[in-house]
Amino acid sequence: MTTLLQFKNVSKQYGNSTVALSDVNFSVNEGELVSIIGPSGAGKSTLLRCINRLIDATSGEIIFDGADMLKINKKHDLRALRTKIGMIFQNYNLVERLSVFENVLHGRLGYKSALVGALGLYNENEKKQAIKIIQSLGLNEQVYKRCDQLSGGQKQRVGIARALVQEPRVLLADEPIASLDPNSSKVIMDHLKNICTTLGITVLVNLHQLDVALNYSDRIIGISGGRVVYDGLPANLTDEDIRRIYGSDPEALNLIIQKPKEVAQKI
Amino acid sequence: MAMTKTAGPVLTNGGVPPFQEGRIKIRVLSKANIAIRLTMLILAVLTIVGFATFNYQGVHLLKGLMSTLANFKTIFFQPQFAHFTLLEAIYQLFITLSLGVLTTLIGAIIALFLGMLAAENLSNKTVSNSIKGFVAVIRAVPTVLWVLIFAVSAGLGSVAAVIGMSFHSISYLTKAYSESFEELNQGTIEALEGCGASWWQIVCQAVLPSSLTSLISWTFIRFEINFGVSVAMGAAAGAGGIGYDMFMDSAFYYNLHEMGVITYLILIVAMLLEFMSIKIKNKVRA
Amino acid sequence: MRSNFLMKKRLYSGGILLVLVLLAFGAASMTEFSLAKCFSSIPKAIVWSLGNFYPVADSFAKLPDILAKLQETLLISIASASVAAIFALVFALIGSRVTKINNFLATLSRLIANIFRNIDVSIWALVLLFSFGQSSLTGYFALFVASFGFLTRAFMETIDEVGADTVEALRATGANFFSIVFQAVIPMSVSQLISWVLFMIETNIRAATLVGILTGSGIGFVFDLYYKKMDYHSASLVVLSIVLSILLIEQISNYVRRVML
Ligand SMILES: Nc1ncnc2c1ncn2[C@@H]1O[C@H](COP(=O)(O)OP(=O)(O)O)[C@@H](O)[C@H]1O
Ligand SMILES: [Mg+2]
Repeated sequence: MTTLLQFKNVSKQYGNSTVALSDVNFSVNEGELVSIIGPSGAGKSTLLRCINRLIDATSGEIIFDGADMLKINKKHDLRALRTKIGMIFQNYNLVERLSVFENVLHGRLGYKSALVGALGLYNENEKKQAIKIIQSLGLNEQVYKRCDQLSGGQKQRVGIARALVQEPRVLLADEPIASLDPNSSKVIMDHLKNICTTLGITVLVNLHQLDVALNYSDRIIGISGGRVVYDGLPANLTDEDIRRIYGSDPEALNLIIQKPKEVAQKI
Repeated sequence: MAMTKTAGPVLTNGGVPPFQEGRIKIRVLSKANIAIRLTMLILAVLTIVGFATFNYQGVHLLKGLMSTLANFKTIFFQPQFAHFTLLEAIYQLFITLSLGVLTTLIGAIIALFLGMLAAENLSNKTVSNSIKGFVAVIRAVPTVLWVLIFAVSAGLGSVAAVIGMSFHSISYLTKAYSESFEELNQGTIEALEGCGASWWQIVCQAVLPSSLTSLISWTFIRFEINFGVSVAMGAAAGAGGIGYDMFMDSAFYYNLHEMGVITYLILIVAMLLEFMSIKIKNKVRA
Repeated sequence: MRSNFLMKKRLYSGGILLVLVLLAFGAASMTEFSLAKCFSSIPKAIVWSLGNFYPVADSFAKLPDILAKLQETLLISIASASVAAIFALVFALIGSRVTKINNFLATLSRLIANIFRNIDVSIWALVLLFSFGQSSLTGYFALFVASFGFLTRAFMETIDEVGADTVEALRATGANFFSIVFQAVIPMSVSQLISWVLFMIETNIRAATLVGILTGSGIGFVFDLYYKKMDYHSASLVVLSIVLSILLIEQISNYVRRVML
């Protein structure tokens, strides 16, 4: 198994006072589905965004596919690397006025020059590939529908399709099911798992829900206050670990603390 | 939420896409998209027609632009007093501000009543619609015409200016106030009605207190607008103040240097007012 | 405790009321404004209007003249708003925190728009008068500059509100600036932007009347002409034509806004 992504002593500070990540170390293997869990404000979103440099880490090294992301200075090189990193979001972040098809094709923009991209010109191969991905996510009927007419679950599937047409090596998902009902959540998580196992795309997913993380991940990274406090198999996660991750956040403790035992037993 | 691993749909299914023949189209033209394109097209055509039919009176566009740039340079980089002193200019500035204050206050008082009548939750649909239509018509007459029309019987001066300028303030604030009132929860009003409160009691105890901050914010925004309007009315409709000095410098003395001073003074006040109204707006939102 | 609270509140409102009253008195004495004269002149104005301010058969002879000027004014208003919109879009994209290229350019763009917006259209007209005289271009450029300032701010706020998340998503795909602008930012905000332009056109027609009076061009000029000749019947026809065209444009704008969404 090869290492695709590695964090070495990564820290991120906002302004002078807010330390969002401090001295983060971990690595992710090719084809793994890794969940990142932690209370809100722990630094999960910051961590994901440091990978594709939507946010610049303050110090450390982030090795992706052999190259240090933080050492890339040219805009062009950064964009080329970003095409290899797909991202999906809690609020889908689609252009709601445009059709599903157009939104999915946006995933190809990273490969285009300024003019071609601005005009939105795509070749037939790209379109065929996009249609194929749209179909595989069960959105055949919606291809030409405007995204503001879709349900939340459908929108998130469009978000996944947009990331997949990039032909990425890794998929970053920032709380992809936080705005969805249980049924849609399950559909989305199943798709992510499937992408990981059948396409061999590495998936890094931020999750709020511990049970989902336990069910779907190959590995769990728990962070709290910007530090990694757990890094291991879901089955090895103990109550003690959970308390360390979620601290004394009463809401998280009440909601989650009883569950892991039974869920862990199921696995 | 119980979730277990299940096999999702296979991603790379070899299903034949229904879009095989020829080029695949990306967009479908919806009614909204057609409307947007048509609007842009019509605006572009009318713009071209405009440029083709303008009354140029032999003015050379490029020469005019060059000399305008030179004038801007004079105004912004060589401002200088000629016909009055800084103190006099500030005095005139206060006259302009005063016109704005009077107009805003009169507008606010009248708009408060009209706004209640125009708010659908405090009034009925017929009254509300007729008030809204009435203020829309008032707004269709440019302020300078209101002032000049009143000047015929009242004479040019502050009275005609304030009355004329108040019309748009009334119209603007009536719309803004009524929308603020309409934001009030219908349940609150019904609850008070259920307690047997009279209309005036509801207005004074529930409606006004809960929308007060938003009323203040709108009123100040209108004051900011009214400052600009009083400058303009000073220049165009004999309302006095700094606008009149500007007009004299432009039309009679041809003194760009002094216009520069006035421009700076007006700019400073306008930016100060804008800054304050943004502060108030943020405070209200928070 | 409770009565104390109520007392404080009353004192507070009383204080504010007092300040407002003092402000009103100060302003009135500064401008030699008298409320009595104000009240007496309103009925006078109504009586006068009913007696003089309506079009008569004679004034309709001047209708072709008026309509020609009205057409010119409408075209100036539309052209200035439309061309200003293009410049405003560029400045708004540079100035918006969602799409800005760098902080320096963003601040510069905001500053320029700020200056243009806060100088009243009447002042621009008086300055432009020097170079363009009584031609349509004076009005056009005055309205252009004012529209530019206003639209830049309106566009900037629209883009700020509408775009941040989606722009982030497209940046994550590796898309370049122009792709993001034309494929995401503009599609997301275009109906709002057009709505602002339509609003600007309405505003410009009113402002054009003022500019015309100041600079001797367009519909404002004909009004001024009849007004100074005390031909109030014809002047009233001018007002009527302005009112009707503004109301018409408002209706059209509202219709377009509804369909666009
Ligand atoms: N743009 C920002 N500027 C300043 N502080 C930020 C910013 N984004 C996030 N933070 C802070 O960084 C910390 C981590 O935030 P985030 O990564 O969003 O956490 P999570 O996604 O786990 O909820 C929080 O304390 C948050 O307030
Ligand atoms: Mg987050």
